[in-house]
Amino acid sequence: MATRTIIPFGPQHPVLPEPIHLDLVLEDERVVEAIPSIGFIHRGLEKLVEKKDFLEMTYVAERICGICSFIHGQAYSQAIEGMMKIDVPERALYLRTIWGEMSRIHSHLLWLGLFADGFGFESLFMHSWRVREKLLDIIEETTGGRVIFGTAKIGGVRRDMDTFALNRIQGELKTIEKQCREITDVFKKDGSVQRRTKGVGNLSNKDAIALGAVGPTVRGSGVAIDMRKLGYAAYAKINWEPVVETGCDCYARCMVRCRELYQSFDMIYQAIAKIPEGPVDVKVTGNPSSEYFARVEQPRGEVIYYVKGNGSKNLERFRVRTPTFANIPPLVKMLGGCELADVPVIVLTIDPCISCTER
Amino acid sequence: MMVHVEEQSLVTVDKSQLVEKATQMSKEGWRLVQISCTAKETYELTYTFDNNYKCSHIRVVLPKGDLSLPSITGAYFAAFTYENELQDLFGITVQGLALDFKGKFYKLSVKTPFAPKP
Repeated sequence: MATRTIIPFGPQHPVLPEPIHLDLVLEDERVVEAIPSIGFIHRGLEKLVEKKDFLEMTYVAERICGICSFIHGQAYSQAIEGMMKIDVPERALYLRTIWGEMSRIHSHLLWLGLFADGFGFESLFMHSWRVREKLLDIIEETTGGRVIFGTAKIGGVRRDMDTFALNRIQGELKTIEKQCREITDVFKKDGSVQRRTKGVGNLSNKDAIALGAVGPTVRGSGVAIDMRKLGYAAYAKINWEPVVETGCDCYARCMVRCRELYQSFDMIYQAIAKIPEGPVDVKVTGNPSSEYFARVEQPRGEVIYYVKGNGSKNLERFRVRTPTFANIPPLVKMLGGCELADVPVIVLTIDPCISCTER
Repeated sequence: MMVHVEEQSLVTVDKSQLVEKATQMSKEGWRLVQISCTAKETYELTYTFDNNYKCSHIRVVLPKGDLSLPSITGAYFAAFTYENELQDLFGITVQGLALDFKGKFYKLSVKTPFAPKP
């Protein structure tokens, strides 16, 4: 039997933008076990419901994540709307879809860059982030913010986009889409990318389901789970199917994200074509007094928001289960049996967002 | 104008029935989505499951004087993250946990559990 060594991986590590800790139990260069621990940046955001009222909590929800902030604000708003049975204007639902899919594109481009950086492909990292900047410009133009949009609101959205703006961003998105193809072709065809990702970090279809994987992690193992199929926002009114890959490895999870970029572009084009005229918000009256669980598909997978009211302006309980938290058991499974040098690449394929996880 | 409300079922069970119920859900193909806890006069635990976009919750209520419950990691191994969270942040003792971090899953700089001891 080979000598066993325990190597601490993180919380500070060059491939980790945020801190997570793994104790890697090695036999020579092979990982036989990975033991995770979290909590390094726990912010206690759930407890803030005691100080912030349920309307102000939208801003807190947006700050749970610095990448998919809009979708967090949207998920929280949907949870309160579901609890209080608030009718949201249809135009607002389409606008939520457009900004939500822009968030997904910007998150996936950010991840593609980090992933390329993870296996040392620096120029691919720079190209991915260069293209992402153009999308951030559109987001800034339409919401006033680059990352924290401040646009989600209980009962609708805070801003509108006129027809001229919608047509113009569609033109700009088509240019960005073309540039994305140049990047994703490299991820798809380059030999050095394939050598580092194919057959690495396997997660079988059965394990992905049993271990509760979500998002591109589960869809890369051939399971078509995508919460947008619940039909919230305008997703029931546009044509789309979940992107699924069956490779079950790092390459498959990367391909899911590459293909989801184009799916998001298409969803935005469809939403722009179908968006109806009308108001973008309704006035919210009264205080919440029941409970509700809202589920939404973020770039990293399913997020679930639990809200419980007690008739006062402050919620009694606010709980968020983020996709990265759900993807920790699948990550532990993927790491078993891998080479030490592959650990950073495998960890990145769940697109870990630790700030979300810690809340 | 429309409101999106997902149909969800919620059933409250005694903690002695929890493992049996979770095993049944697992056999029927339900996926574990999350476990949450609301600590007020009582500790209210909600286990959420999904099956083909249908959402179902199981609720267990613990009195403050008896903060222990059995683990469902036999039926859902992935529950170990949620159950360690219950132990670390809420001070609930989860018996029979398949992967027990013994209070070290969350490495916080402040004292835990957060919920006041009964």
